[in-house]
Amino acid sequence: MKPPPFAYARAAGVPEALALLRDAGEDAKILAGGQSLVPLMAYRLARPSHLVDIGRITTHRYVRGDGGGLRVGALVRHLELERATGLTGPWQALREAAGRIGHHPVRVRGTCGGSLAHADPSAELPVVAAALDASVTLQSADGTRTVPAADFFLAPFITALEPDEMLVEVAFPAPPPGLRSVFEEFQVHSGDFALASAAVAVALDGDGVATHVRVALGSVGPVPVRAREAEEALTGGRLTERAAAEAARLAASAAGAAAGSSAASGEVPGGGADFRRELVRTLVTRALDRLKEKS
Amino acid sequence: MNETGSRQDPWLPPLDPVTVELDVNDSLVTCTVEPRRTLADALRGAGLTGTRLGCEHGVCGACTVLLDGRPVRACLVLAVQARGSRIRTVEGLSGEREEPTGPGEYEGNGENGEPGGGARLSDVQRAFRDGGALQCGFCTPGFLMLAQGLLADEPDASAERVTDVLSSNICRCTGGVPIVSAVRAVQRARKEAGS
Repeated sequence: MKPPPFAYARAAGVPEALALLRDAGEDAKILAGGQSLVPLMAYRLARPSHLVDIGRITTHRYVRGDGGGLRVGALVRHLELERATGLTGPWQALREAAGRIGHHPVRVRGTCGGSLAHADPSAELPVVAAALDASVTLQSADGTRTVPAADFFLAPFITALEPDEMLVEVAFPAPPPGLRSVFEEFQVHSGDFALASAAVAVALDGDGVATHVRVALGSVGPVPVRAREAEEALTGGRLTERAAAEAARLAASAAGAAAGSSAASGEVPGGGADFRRELVRTLVTRALDRLKEKS
Repeated sequence: MNETGSRQDPWLPPLDPVTVELDVNDSLVTCTVEPRRTLADALRGAGLTGTRLGCEHGVCGACTVLLDGRPVRACLVLAVQARGSRIRTVEGLSGEREEPTGPGEYEGNGENGEPGGGARLSDVQRAFRDGGALQCGFCTPGFLMLAQGLLADEPDASAERVTDVLSSNICRCTGGVPIVSAVRAVQRARKEAGS
């Protein structure tokens, strides 16, 4: 269980990291917290020729408001998000999801950018990115581009990142008035990968009518899945128990459809498609139950 | 920049061992390792074998050490990554929060990584011993460092939080309950001592 050999360089800043990345060629990888990449290397599932260590870069370790929206630097540790007590209301799901990633020592090291760029189908933050209409900023030595989360995650562990690009920031747009979000997931043991997860965001108007709904699911498909039928069913109505039950049923059916195309499904004992569908129904029901009460 | 002022190659080559200076338990530890070697490898290679290597892929927690005060898996940190950080291992625990030696109290002889030079077990170590929070002892250094980090960072952690954080590591002997109890006991004792 030792990683295979690689060349290593520590970058002091993003421009240096991008120059090193370009210099190193296609088989280079960025090393941030290393909590996913190093185990993959120990298993020899990843054999990068070069590692560009960005872990000491301090310029991208910020969580800041931006005209009602939120910007999170790539090198923010999961623990920092978990402890960011200001992340409430629309950003609550982000904080809750960060607190469910791996175990505590993994959250000490693991980074927001790393989790997104790694694109594990059972990861938490990609699901939150999908629910909050986030976009990621990708930078190379040639310039910067912004990609919506929906276009960023392409397949398990595959994203829109080019070999010479680094994910430098995730940006959440200004939320509609009254938006609140929560995150729910199920894992067999604490710290395990989630068998299913759900990030749900709902904006209610003064009469309790849902004006904006997002239901995003994780671990049920190759990439985060939006349960669009559930979203449409909830929009324009109140979050009654009946409406929530119907939305949870629609979300479960979206999860079932996605699982059919996913290689990940069924690999975990008890993790078959039927079980995951039931989990999704439960998780979405729980999330909506929390969102209907004003906290 | 090297001494002659010319630009150094930024890359450490894959198979060339490099000299890495680490700040371990407030001492300078010099290791010679390939870039692929983990912090756990480097520590053990330097004779600090209190840090155990179990699974080597971040699941068991036996290699937990403190990096800048917080618990991390030393098998998921490359030795070269740890340059510039303050590292604490189980060898650095004794001597911390010393308590008076009682009759029959164990004092290490300073050899084989045992506490020595009059250093005594820390309050966390004593709580583990007194509470039967170890049997075979393989996982113990990892649990001690995990507990040490938690107690320093979150002295008022709830019972639920303590259990959740301690679930990061695996103990196959005790079932875990005595470990949780030991850490709770340290919390109470420190509170009573007003520290």
